[in-house]
Amino acid sequence: MSYFKLPKLTTFVWKVWLRNRDVFMKTYKVNFLPPFIEPLLYLFALGFGLGTYIDTMDGISYPRFIAPALISISIMNSAFFECTFGSYVRMYYQKTFDAIIATPVSIEEVITGELLWGATKSLINATIMLPVLTAFKLIELPHALLVIPFAFIAGFLFASIGMCFTAISPNISTLNYPTFLFITPMFLFSGTFFPLQLLPEPIQYFALIALPLTHVVSIIRALTLANLSSFLLVNLAWILTVSLILFVLSVNLMKKRLIV
Amino acid sequence: MIVAQGLKKCFDGFVAVDEISFAVEKGEIFGFLGPNGAGKTTTMNMIQCISPKTSGTLEVMGMDVNTHQREIKKNLGVVPQENNLDPDFTVYENFLAYSRYFNIPRESAKKIIDELLDFVQLTEKKDTLIEPLSGGMKRRLILTRALINKPKILILDEPTVGLDPQARHLIWDKIKSLKSQGVTIVLTTHYLDEAARLCDRLVIMDYGKILVDGTPNDIVKEYIGTDIVEAENNPSVIACLKKRAARFEALGETLQIYTNNPQEITSALLKECPLRPITARSASLEDVFLRLTGKKLRE
Repeated sequence: MSYFKLPKLTTFVWKVWLRNRDVFMKTYKVNFLPPFIEPLLYLFALGFGLGTYIDTMDGISYPRFIAPALISISIMNSAFFECTFGSYVRMYYQKTFDAIIATPVSIEEVITGELLWGATKSLINATIMLPVLTAFKLIELPHALLVIPFAFIAGFLFASIGMCFTAISPNISTLNYPTFLFITPMFLFSGTFFPLQLLPEPIQYFALIALPLTHVVSIIRALTLANLSSFLLVNLAWILTVSLILFVLSVNLMKKRLIV
Repeated sequence: MIVAQGLKKCFDGFVAVDEISFAVEKGEIFGFLGPNGAGKTTTMNMIQCISPKTSGTLEVMGMDVNTHQREIKKNLGVVPQENNLDPDFTVYENFLAYSRYFNIPRESAKKIIDELLDFVQLTEKKDTLIEPLSGGMKRRLILTRALINKPKILILDEPTVGLDPQARHLIWDKIKSLKSQGVTIVLTTHYLDEAARLCDRLVIMDYGKILVDGTPNDIVKEYIGTDIVEAENNPSVIACLKKRAARFEALGETLQIYTNNPQEITSALLKECPLRPITARSASLEDVFLRLTGKKLRE
């Protein structure tokens, strides 16, 4: 079985998406709270706390500098954790995938539905953050509204990354490795809390090649500051290409794991 | 409805199902019996199109399992060995989500679900989450879920495992009533009384092969006879039995004598050898099962 076989998909993908949406909506009050509160915590601690010692960063106020990073990190975390720990629980403990593939829905459609749901969570969480950041006058409207559709695209990337790890994790605790070795470094070194240019040049290149969050932060910062450049197309092309590759890979890896 | 020819399944060099052939007719209850690891569930998974076969042919309703997975699955109802109701949902939400996987329109799904909950007498649990329900209720709900798409074939992988006698009888009644509605039913079980009670025909599997097939009665008659006489395992009894050319087998401390005429053999033994305990009873499927698959523990 090939790792890069294109999956055959039908509208059943949305039935899987709907299942996750229904579960999410059952407890929506709790689910909407974290994306609302988390950016406030970071803003107060880093933006308004630490930030009082920083006049400007890259020519702008520190809270304005980190606001897009907070959105990007939220996008990364929502999709990644949904498609690692969330999907793992559904796959292994709840046997939800087994139940679904006993119906006309195929395993490819189940996994794709999960990925789209992961991306949707990124979109939801990013969208909730926008009014908070707008209230502190940290982002420029209407440009920043483009964050909403972009959150879905970027979320799909992190969902696919997460699903690849889910497919190869022997148990749920091994999912902690990608979290500490991949997500945490990205959180710190992707141009999030200080400009990428401060890093040694080889590490800058490494970040551009191997840390997806770098590209996401770059695009979202351009959108929230209404400061577009042509390099964004490179960022977007990187995201779309890697998303496509990892999407196909994750579906095949999961198929390998579940269909024996 | 289901036809297998030389069906084989290997996992990394281990042969789970070894070139078996069988045919399930429309409207019958067909049983797969066997010890743990005999290959029953693997066979069920291949029928359900969730585990690809290694070789041989397998057709469900005339369709190849390799090429017509979606069409086949549309017509199947599946009760898996492990309970996999969705714990994130209530009973009703479980069924509603499940009906969507079959593209059943919401309005007709609601009607079907109400009917089915009534059928398994669980209407009052409609809005309960899955977790607090008893094992018997969960099993009934899984059976209900398998009926949402009005399946033509029902696959039951150990439908009554871990249930109390009341719940087992209720499930048996439901299975029989589904049969009378024309549903073809394939089931696996460890419970031989269940198989004898429900199955029109059955096979006994071990180490991936089919050892016998037929109706429960025919199988018992062919391999055991009508009755079994159990006597103490000692040399004088064995000598006596050998003289009479009786069919018997030593199982630990007891000798099992297979016969169609228990009176004759019992009185002969009582007359000819000094023995203490002796019992005569009707032969059952369990005797065939143990005779064919041995008494040694598996796994």
